[in-house]
Amino acid sequence: MPVAVETHDLRKAFGSTQALNGVDLEVPRATVLGLLGPNGAGKTTAVRILTTLLQPDGGTALIDGINVVEDPRAVRQRIGLTGQYAAVDERLTGSENLQHIGRLFRLGSTEARLRADELLAQFDLTEAADRVVKGYSGGMRRRLDIAMSLISRPSVLFLDEPTTGLDPRSRLGMWDLIEGLVRDGTTTVLTTQYLDEAERLADQIAVIDQGVVIARGTAAELKAQIGGARLTVTGASPADLDAMATALGSLPMVIGATEMDPITRSVTVTVTSAEGVVPAVVRTLDSAGVEIADVDVAGPTLDDVFLQLTGRSTADPDDADGVAAAPAKRKGRK
Amino acid sequence: MTATTETMEPAAAAPLPTGVLWIWRDSWTEATRHLRAVPRNPELLVFATIQPVMFVLLFVYVFGGAIATPGYSNYEQYLIPGIVAQTVVFGSAFTGVGLADDLSKGMIDRLRSLPMYQPAVLIGRTLSDLARNVVAFVVMMIVAFLVGFRVEGSWLAALGATALLLGFSYAFSWIQALIGLSVSSVEAANSAGFIWMFPLTFVSSAFVPTASMPSWLAAIANANPFTKLTNAARALFNGQDPGSDVWQAVAWAVGITVVFAFLAARKFARSASR
Ligand SMILES: Nc1ncnc2c1ncn2[C@@H]1O[C@H](COP(=O)(O)OP(=O)(O)OP(=O)(O)O)[C@@H](O)[C@H]1O
Ligand SMILES: [Mg+2]
Repeated sequence: MPVAVETHDLRKAFGSTQALNGVDLEVPRATVLGLLGPNGAGKTTAVRILTTLLQPDGGTALIDGINVVEDPRAVRQRIGLTGQYAAVDERLTGSENLQHIGRLFRLGSTEARLRADELLAQFDLTEAADRVVKGYSGGMRRRLDIAMSLISRPSVLFLDEPTTGLDPRSRLGMWDLIEGLVRDGTTTVLTTQYLDEAERLADQIAVIDQGVVIARGTAAELKAQIGGARLTVTGASPADLDAMATALGSLPMVIGATEMDPITRSVTVTVTSAEGVVPAVVRTLDSAGVEIADVDVAGPTLDDVFLQLTGRSTADPDDADGVAAAPAKRKGRK
Repeated sequence: MTATTETMEPAAAAPLPTGVLWIWRDSWTEATRHLRAVPRNPELLVFATIQPVMFVLLFVYVFGGAIATPGYSNYEQYLIPGIVAQTVVFGSAFTGVGLADDLSKGMIDRLRSLPMYQPAVLIGRTLSDLARNVVAFVVMMIVAFLVGFRVEGSWLAALGATALLLGFSYAFSWIQALIGLSVSSVEAANSAGFIWMFPLTFVSSAFVPTASMPSWLAAIANANPFTKLTNAARALFNGQDPGSDVWQAVAWAVGITVVFAFLAARKFARSASR
């Protein structure tokens, strides 16, 4: 399969901050790469280098085999960029914004208008086409923003956190939209902090943290990599909570810590595999004389993957300082 | 999830254009982006012209009697070229503010990711601001004629003065472009763009003859390029011999444009939205 995006040992520092510390990526044509990482991981930096906005300190980056540093114009001819913040001209109408980009891609004025109309329809903006963007909602702006990066039918589309700041309904709409684009064969690099988003949209996920890719694979592979499942048992009586925890702790398939929640009367543990867990739990707790209200086994989420890989949750940016030395251990600096 | 068999071929088959026509087309496209917005925010233009008009009226009627301008039929003949020069030079600040706005909104990132002629973003911006300055200039001149200003030299010389004034404002747009790309917010672009223009325009021959200043200040004022511009425009409007002032003013305008266009284009190529 031909490769649309390729980076090798990509590096970039801002002062003493090593934003990218040797990143290797490979995106086959007509697939979606999800760059998943918390705040400050280096996602935007990687996108900015790939879209010729930023010069790397070292390493190579190729789009359709073209080096982004050596021939930026040829690269710009092939890419579409939707940055982290909607880049639209608020003083113009939606249609004017699109036509403007079209003309900068050297479409004739009729051609630019036709393409604009086409995209406005595709992105459900026809009604708002002749309204000044200043009055658009966040979701509408974001849709227009993405439409603007598609004017030239790019070979590779970069979407930097396309759903950050959108309400849940707009977010689902955006997912449908992106899935449609991808179905049409647009190679896409998508950055996100949302695990469910990467899981739904990406063929391959690269988990990036502090400038280093710490894991990669499909969502299923990443889950298999940490293995296990989450087992939650709810007791019938609050008095049984300790007995329940002890009994569960003695099970051979249980790994990791035991979490007790007196309010829901439940105990949660991680088990090596979901298979055969429920009968074993029922038997063990039965012989321990604990009455059960509910047993629930769930596969790991990507959040679990992240937690396992970095020792902190994605939703926990305040922790970042505590593990600042971690990437240096994982990968020595040059 | 997305295993489409038919992969899309890159659309980049068309050869990349080069040459003057390409530069002009992209610059004009960018200029129209801003020009289109002007009639939608008429108050911006209105307020931009109210202040200089107020200046004309205040200076003429409040200070007019107190300031001696020997060699001129009246204070209007002396003052108007100076105030017009100040107005068009102040008008250059729009360039920096506009670029800072584009930068903060991510628009510069978008444009930098396009295969367009990159400096066209700056050329288009400075040209549209020049157009705005032409409007401000015309409004000022109408008010000037209403308060008694007259072209006392040839109309050709007056036309020369007009070209010089607008050329200077265009040159200053490039200084403002560099400022707008260097600061971190629109507000900062506004302050940083204006603050130095006050001493530049007041420590000059724009409002009072430099001979009336303390000698150390007069020395600074006489060396000020803005004094050259004012003197040249004033002489041309009043039918006097401008001497070397015209050429010195032209040299300043060309020099500033060349140097700051280079610096701004270089800054632009490295700029990043915030
Ligand atoms: N222009 C810059 N100057 C200085 N430091 C920068 C600059 N851009 C990024 N950084 C730093 O580089 C690191 C990576 O930033 P980057 O924007 O790539 O992260 P990100 O993964 O996109 O984060 P977010 O989810 O917050 O957008 C951060 O520590 C950031 O502070
Ligand atoms: Mg980012």
